[in-house]
Amino acid sequence: MIEKIREKMTGRNRKLMMIGVMIVGYIACVFLAEGNLLNRQMKSLIVPLGINIILAVSLNITTGFLGELSLGHAGFMAIGAYTGAIFTKYVTWLSPFPAFLIAILLGGVMAAIFGVLIGMPVLRLKGDYLAIVTLAFGEIIRSVINAMDVTGGAKGLSKIPTYTTYTWVYLVIIVTIVVARRLLHSRQGRAIVSIRENTIAAEAMGVQVTRYKILAFAIAAFFAGMAGVLYAHNFSILKPDTFDYNKSIDILVFVVLGGMGSIKGSVIAATVLTILPEVLRSADDLRKLLYALALIVIMVYKSGNGKEMISRLLKKKEAV
Amino acid sequence: MALLDVKDLGISFGGLKAVEHVNLSIEKGELFGLIGPNGAGKTTIFNLLTGVYQPTCGTILLNGNKLEGKSPAQICRSGVARTFQNIRLFKKMTVLENVMVAFHNQVTYSLLDGMLHTKRYRAAEEEVRKQAAKILEVFHLSEEKDVLAVNLPYGKQRKLEIARALATNPQLLLLDEPAAGMNPNETKELMDTIQLVRKQYGITILLIEHDMKLVSGICEKLLVLNFGTELASGIPEEVLKNPEVVTAYLGE
Ligand SMILES: Nc1ncnc2c1ncn2[C@@H]1O[C@H](COP(=O)(O)OP(=O)(O)OP(=O)(O)O)[C@@H](O)[C@H]1O
Ligand SMILES: [Mg+2]
Repeated sequence: MIEKIREKMTGRNRKLMMIGVMIVGYIACVFLAEGNLLNRQMKSLIVPLGINIILAVSLNITTGFLGELSLGHAGFMAIGAYTGAIFTKYVTWLSPFPAFLIAILLGGVMAAIFGVLIGMPVLRLKGDYLAIVTLAFGEIIRSVINAMDVTGGAKGLSKIPTYTTYTWVYLVIIVTIVVARRLLHSRQGRAIVSIRENTIAAEAMGVQVTRYKILAFAIAAFFAGMAGVLYAHNFSILKPDTFDYNKSIDILVFVVLGGMGSIKGSVIAATVLTILPEVLRSADDLRKLLYALALIVIMVYKSGNGKEMISRLLKKKEAV
Repeated sequence: MALLDVKDLGISFGGLKAVEHVNLSIEKGELFGLIGPNGAGKTTIFNLLTGVYQPTCGTILLNGNKLEGKSPAQICRSGVARTFQNIRLFKKMTVLENVMVAFHNQVTYSLLDGMLHTKRYRAAEEEVRKQAAKILEVFHLSEEKDVLAVNLPYGKQRKLEIARALATNPQLLLLDEPAAGMNPNETKELMDTIQLVRKQYGITILLIEHDMKLVSGICEKLLVLNFGTELASGIPEEVLKNPEVVTAYLGE
């Protein structure tokens, strides 16, 4: 039934419907944030939930679209968070709106630059080196932030202006999702997916594999950086330990549980997995166990990329 | 000048000389057959021609331009396209998308165009879709255009690989056992399609095939390989009479 309706819809109608969904989504946000439906604790979850959605959708570009395992997404988030926070803290002569807008973009761009710098040497190599290098990168970034003065070191950075609102978060979510979707329908996006599907064939079709791997990686880092800026301006305090390995794994769990390459899946998984632990607050150990179990189960049993990724990690140089 | 001119081509893996002293000259428009028993080095020659492997010796010229040393993507852009013996489709992309990937270098809109859905993006995408659909039609794959490649029956997967290679707009098309695993009817149909495509698109084809009869029926020239070296080459009638070829194929 839905399929039939979908078939009948022309491009224009579909676009109108998408805009409708966006508006309804925003109205829902306003109701939840301003109304009496949620208690304070749940209301305070709205912004972090949105940030998690951005992180999940953006990591999906690396892991789902491109098919490369990245274990350092929180590192890019950290770069964005600190860049944005330092900017708004020191550039006080700008009024909040332009200051925050610039901070968000700056955080994204800085993260993307790091994405390119890390991607360039690593993504040239064949095999799953990216997982190892991104893991190391995430930890190094954290140590560097810890050691620097401008970031406040281990004490953290405080008195960051609290500019983040659900409206800002909502806007960035929309941009992230639209970019991810449009990427899939562009020649660049098709090139990225073809690399995941069969690198040798992609090369034979004229796709410059390294270039498009770096592109996907940089776009993902860009949005993670923006998510970091939103995060930094939500609580007014930043600590390097927030962006540790566990945070990267949490994001990866959203992507894997939601289904590799599925934007909708990432959104749903990020939503469920942000709210669920709060509801089961006391069961924090259980949460970790659930995460680990879910990840293993999904990767082993779900046909598709999870499985392929494991087998790729375990073996093999294919014959051409 | 020949379209493809290969001189003294060779590669060894460790101690194994997989290909040695191979010469090959293909004229524009020719349908050239590459045959030989299992492990003779046929696929290896394709991998050398397309930059998957770098030769340990010899030269490869396409229209007089060197191909060795270039990457597979560069070679594709120079006008050489191929199919794979063990099918390599983009399995979880649709049939149409598989072919659209091959247009990668024929459209040039920027990432920003794609993000903003500019006029330029829309015009280019529409054109690619149209061109891709046209190629699918030639291979009778139009009805399956929205099917995931992995869900195609085997014979159609082989066809899709050829369609995809053709979509890169090559001057030289390399087909690695395109009829492998097909029944005689399917094989006949495929060979007719290949002939049609060759005329319609005016391209040159180098074809690997196991079936001697099939190859000699449609190819204008043959090169027979055995243990990585040239056993005989020339027009089919003469090559097939060559006693060495006869022993290589029927001897053991
Ligand atoms: N990457 C490689 N490393 C080591 N040896 C290789 C490699 N590629 C090919 N060979 C060897 O080179 C020889 C030629 O192999 P090739 O695949 O070219 O044969 P072929 O003529 O295509 O055979 P078939 O008809 O079975 O497809 C074989 O002995 C093979 O084992
Ligand atoms: Mg072979």
